[in-house]
Amino acid sequence: MKLGASTEATSAVGTEFRRTSIRTQLERSGILLLLVILGAVFTWREPAFLSVDNLFSILQAASIVALLAVGVSITLAVGGFDLSVGSTAATAQMAASYVLVVWHGNAFAAIAACLALGVGAGLFNGLLITRLRVPDQLATLGTLFLLAGLQLIPTGGRSLATGTILPDGTQTTGSFPAAFLALGRARWLDVVPVPVIVLAVVTLIAVFVMEFTRWGRVVYATGGNETAARLAGAPTARYRVAAYVASGVIASLGGALIAARVGRGDVGAGNSLLLDAVAAALIGYAVWGAKRPNVLGSVVGAVFVGVLLNGLTMLNAPYYMQDFIKGALLVGALAFTFSIGRQATR
Amino acid sequence: MLVARSVSKRFGPTVALDRFDLSIAAGEVVALMGANGAGKSTIVKILSGVYPGDSGSLELHGKPYAPASPQEAKALGVATMHQSIADSVVPALSVADNLLLDRFNHAATPWFVGPAARLEEARSIAAQVGLDVDLRAPLYTLSLATRQLVTLARALADKPAVLILDEPTASLSSAEAERLFTALDTLRKRGVAMLLVSHRLNDLKRMADRVVIVRDGRLVANLKPPLDFDGAIETMIGRALPKTRERRTVASTANQGLLVRGLKLFPGTDSPPIDFDAARGEIVAFAGPVGGGKSRLARTLFGIEPVVAGTMTLDGKPWHPRSAAEAIRSGVFLVGEDRWNTSLFPDSVPFASIEGTLSFPFLSRWFKAGWINRSRERRQAESAIKRFSIRCNGPEDRVVNLSGGNQQKVVLARSHAEPARVLLLDEPFQGVDAGARADIADALRASAAGRVTLVFVSAIEEAFEVADRVLRFDRSIIETSIEDLAGA
Repeated sequence: MKLGASTEATSAVGTEFRRTSIRTQLERSGILLLLVILGAVFTWREPAFLSVDNLFSILQAASIVALLAVGVSITLAVGGFDLSVGSTAATAQMAASYVLVVWHGNAFAAIAACLALGVGAGLFNGLLITRLRVPDQLATLGTLFLLAGLQLIPTGGRSLATGTILPDGTQTTGSFPAAFLALGRARWLDVVPVPVIVLAVVTLIAVFVMEFTRWGRVVYATGGNETAARLAGAPTARYRVAAYVASGVIASLGGALIAARVGRGDVGAGNSLLLDAVAAALIGYAVWGAKRPNVLGSVVGAVFVGVLLNGLTMLNAPYYMQDFIKGALLVGALAFTFSIGRQATR
Repeated sequence: MLVARSVSKRFGPTVALDRFDLSIAAGEVVALMGANGAGKSTIVKILSGVYPGDSGSLELHGKPYAPASPQEAKALGVATMHQSIADSVVPALSVADNLLLDRFNHAATPWFVGPAARLEEARSIAAQVGLDVDLRAPLYTLSLATRQLVTLARALADKPAVLILDEPTASLSSAEAERLFTALDTLRKRGVAMLLVSHRLNDLKRMADRVVIVRDGRLVANLKPPLDFDGAIETMIGRALPKTRERRTVASTANQGLLVRGLKLFPGTDSPPIDFDAARGEIVAFAGPVGGGKSRLARTLFGIEPVVAGTMTLDGKPWHPRSAAEAIRSGVFLVGEDRWNTSLFPDSVPFASIEGTLSFPFLSRWFKAGWINRSRERRQAESAIKRFSIRCNGPEDRVVNLSGGNQQKVVLARSHAEPARVLLLDEPFQGVDAGARADIADALRASAAGRVTLVFVSAIEEAFEVADRVLRFDRSIIETSIEDLAGA
């Protein structure tokens, strides 16, 4: 009787598997299919959309948000939520400009300052969360405000470029060297913008670590069940700090790219970065039916938003529609992730 | 009063209850005994209206009784006091409001009841069980035992004819249990029929007019006191009890195994220090009530709870682990109680498959370079699946899709993936059906050679099922004979 029952059960599982497999396929490739359809529609209405130039300019525009989204998805994976990425990037681009324009530093010094700031912001978040036990969202919200305010102090709230008058009355004399500006403006072989290369490298490293190494597993395990991870011998507090440091460093790299592109320290640079990055990371849940934070999905999410905005702009959609469209996309992706996910797991 | 005739219940291929008969007369207390997964909770759930039986019939007061929901069962006069009181009370509300919770949801209750009237009504409910506390105090300020009386009072608010008590004394001391029994005595005199789910010898001696034993979903014994407790336990687990061995002398285990001397778990209490030896190859069970410090002892040996006083020696060397990682590196493994809380990862975690779960504690040992070799991982999982007869389609199966017993086998297989010097198992049979329990016990006995195995359980029959030696534990080891053990 036991044997009969077990074959019965297996065959039931078998038919169920076949029945769900088409749905599973749709679930996995839904966002990518949508991306292809969008691309086809845009190309049909405006052939210039598919030009190599335009595609790379979309990627370049999306690269900063995509970088930040990678950081956010790492903190989401560890069970946290880094809300400070936008202001970390903004502060980093201010710091880079300050090093270049006020201290007359070279490009390396500017990038080093950015990265140091990113490490600092990540450590600060991580220690607030693991040592002082402040809940993740609240701690990083605090850091968001701290950094957003901090970046205004050295320049008295002004944007920073050659000739800016500082609060102490002196005028800045330094300038952005070409080597630094190249980070944001140059194109490799005159085709691929440097920020896109940076994004590709960061994404590759992050995907490899998160999906194929034991370190990535501990990150996801800590986010899934910290007690179980700790009892299995994982130093979970250290991993949580490390996730925030990674997020901070990646965000500050994004900040350096912004400074190089804009060519000055802009006080308004980080305004919409955070929400765009969070949206991209959440859209990433729906990519490949992952239903979980994942690095590649976040990048796809950012590119998706970039394609949509670029295409609609080409078709002369008014700029004030942008946020509404992003919102609709995010809600759609979330509904897709959670409703279909629920059905599939019964 | 309450009669069940030939009630059966299946869950998929598993027969949970097989033509079960039961009758309880007015004023009678029937104790229900059975091992985990034997069908006890199925009986309780059918009687209390959580779900219906597949076949058979129920009668209450001689009329057919088929409750569609726990609320309806209660309205018909069958009240249930569940084991985990956390699910049935609101700690932040006052005692009075907790007593009146059901009234609040009653259509007949007016939309506004003044505080004085509420207090008055709550007082009359509290009086039924002799509950004598400040009814305005928030519930969380009361002791566990008093909270239990609050749940009891609430169950009695509608003057039920039948009361079902699911392990009501599981977390109570004997003095606290006595308070509960005094309250139950009054009910018995009033003619309330009671079904008491319990294994404690004390509970049975003190309360039961009759003992019903269920095994593999079938009624196997219907006993009247005086009760032969060993016989009852043997009937329950379906095999003879092992003889408890003499405690070994220190000399024989000094260099091979675990030696604990003068260990104190709780600071500033006067509970006697803990001394015990466990030799390699031996399975020692610690049996005792929930909240008696068993889990804490396990965690202390594992190094994640501080040693207040005393020494631990492993294979002749001092044993002072400072973290779980150090313990695992040294070959001391802990399988925590409540698998979803302490061992398994939710399905949102990408590697929450059988193979990923198995390899997690050993990632740094198996994959030193960092990169995970999936085929090595798969081989490990395949051998574990075979060894523990885990029923699944393969190593990539998600753990959430396995049955409770198979999930527990995955957790146990994980602690066997590398050789252990000491294996600590906290409630390893929790939420496991009878068949899987036997598989687990067999696997533990088969692999016990060469390591010290300590099992921490609250159900005494589980201790006997797996262990060579059973120690009764409540804050410290209590020297006892088997009869006392049975009362743990």
